[in-house]
Amino acid sequence: MKRYLLTLALITGTALGLTSLRAQTNTMAMGGTNAMAMAATNAPVAAWTTNAPTMEQRMESVEAYFQNADPTAPYKDTNGNWTVNFGLAGNIINTNLANSVGANVSFPGAGHNAWLLTSTALVLFMTLPGLALFYGGLVRKKNVLSVLAQCFLITGLTTILWVICSYGMIFGGDGTPTGPLGMTHDWIKGIMGNPGVCWMFKGVTSAPNPGYSYWVSENVYSMFQLMFAIITPALIVGSIAERMKFSAIFVFMTLWILLVYNTQGHMVWGVNGMMNGCWNANATIHGLDFAGGTVVHMSSGWSGLVLCIILGKRLGFGKENFTPHSIVLTYIGASMLWVGWYGFNSGSAVAGDVIAANAFTTTTIATAVGSFVWPMWDWIVKGKPTVLGFCSGAVAGLVLITPACGYVLPSGALWIGIAAGTIPWFFCYKVKGWLGMDDALDAWSVHGIGGMCGAIMTGMFARQAANPNLATNLSKYVTDKIFQPQLVEQLKTVVVSLVLFIVGTIVIAYITKALVGLRPTEEVEIQGLDINEHGEEGYVG
Amino acid sequence: MKKIEAIIKPFKLEEVKDALGEIGIEGMTVSEVKGFGRQKGHTEIYRGSEYTVDFLPKIKIELVVADNQADAAVGAIIKAAKTGKIGDGKVFVAGIEQAVRIRTEEKGDAAV
Repeated sequence: MKRYLLTLALITGTALGLTSLRAQTNTMAMGGTNAMAMAATNAPVAAWTTNAPTMEQRMESVEAYFQNADPTAPYKDTNGNWTVNFGLAGNIINTNLANSVGANVSFPGAGHNAWLLTSTALVLFMTLPGLALFYGGLVRKKNVLSVLAQCFLITGLTTILWVICSYGMIFGGDGTPTGPLGMTHDWIKGIMGNPGVCWMFKGVTSAPNPGYSYWVSENVYSMFQLMFAIITPALIVGSIAERMKFSAIFVFMTLWILLVYNTQGHMVWGVNGMMNGCWNANATIHGLDFAGGTVVHMSSGWSGLVLCIILGKRLGFGKENFTPHSIVLTYIGASMLWVGWYGFNSGSAVAGDVIAANAFTTTTIATAVGSFVWPMWDWIVKGKPTVLGFCSGAVAGLVLITPACGYVLPSGALWIGIAAGTIPWFFCYKVKGWLGMDDALDAWSVHGIGGMCGAIMTGMFARQAANPNLATNLSKYVTDKIFQPQLVEQLKTVVVSLVLFIVGTIVIAYITKALVGLRPTEEVEIQGLDINEHGEEGYVG
Repeated sequence: MKKIEAIIKPFKLEEVKDALGEIGIEGMTVSEVKGFGRQKGHTEIYRGSEYTVDFLPKIKIELVVADNQADAAVGAIIKAAKTGKIGDGKVFVAGIEQAVRIRTEEKGDAAV
């Protein structure tokens, strides 16, 4: 009896599913391409009538999925008031539809969500194991595990902070759910978010947050952004490798994420951020940073520089041989970074749309050109094209294209790639030596300088043809010329960011020094951090 | 018996081994070592960071031969290891009091 009922239920379910599928197909066939035009001819209806949505409106709402646009727009008049009602005499005629176009869109679009889920995993792959291996290979044998440990520490630590308050500090504020502290607004408007917003991930669900995406679940978006927050402090490790205590890294990174990263992220990417030029019409500085040239690369590179100066040089710097212990690991790590970076850059479109497609293309071009140009300089100036040169050139290409990838055309990406193989190269080989500081794995030369060049070149090569969003808030700034007003906005963004990174890092470094001290004892440093701080060795036997 | 200890450039090891084989030397001990003599170290720059290389990699060959073979062996090593450039290495010769082959317990020249 039970089995009979189950079979019956299964058949009924399948039949219902097929019927609804056919109904959808019919809708698609009827809608056609003139659905938008038909909807547009509808006279605006007074707010909240008892009208059921028309087939044209529903079709237009579905089309919004393909254009990564607002699915509720077809149901609203020019003032944003609802023009339709999904209930009829108290009965909901279509529960799914009513949910989908309710006050908030309550379920995501499968394709956009799938790409962001994939991108999120790719960006995590950049840190673990990509960056960990890239840096791990560059240090000496006795410190390889310390770098791997630091990268993993940062991954866990950042995630915990993210769930507690970091996500809300960057992406909350002004309209997103309220936390226990009872505030929805920034601590400093447009600059520093309020940790009480989305406290403990409150209100972050599988439903999209239209402030950032109409079609991607907010929890997916949040996890995607978390991966950026993870790789940024991990990049700082490159400047201070082989000579900072694990406990000091723990304290420094906690404070740095909360105060520096979250502030910069909110300013540049927060929906009301003071430097979010693309999306915030009231931005003080109309900056552009597609995937994190200032937030991720300048922040880590310049903070790394400051911290490495405060820390001092490694023992034996300038006397002992500090050459990488395994260029093979570095090579594997750099190649993984390139693959993962597609999620980083192309995923930053927060959709599988035309902008993501362009970002993927420009990322490939700039990286390939960077990886080609850098070792050519090695060859011309030093006589040998080094493998580390290929790896560094690729990473520099990725860094420079990061802020630009969603805003520039392939031709712009080519110039950015050439700059990537040249300017950071010059800083690595010459300027670093002139300054005489111990930026152990060149995080400053590649990420600090590279991120800055990328931010500036975004101002030169951003084109409305590459990204339709540049034609709205920034139409006065992006005028499709090399020396367009956007360049000035980018320079302002760079200066404000630098002040935050340098001042923030100095303060946090001295707080850390006072709390736990920064450097291990001489004996520990000479023996290696692996055996002393972690009780393990990278290579045994 | 004489013990011959030669410090040579690493890439010359094969040639030296063959040259000793040709004159009938049947065994030797080889180790990778580091050191410096007149060649001294030098400064290198890698990725813009300067460092001094004090100790250079070398190969040390040790062999013990009968007295009448010593001059020929030293001559063979010198001929094979010479490049004429600084850093070619050195050969040391010392007397040996006794030698024993462990398996057969042969002593003296019969053991080497």
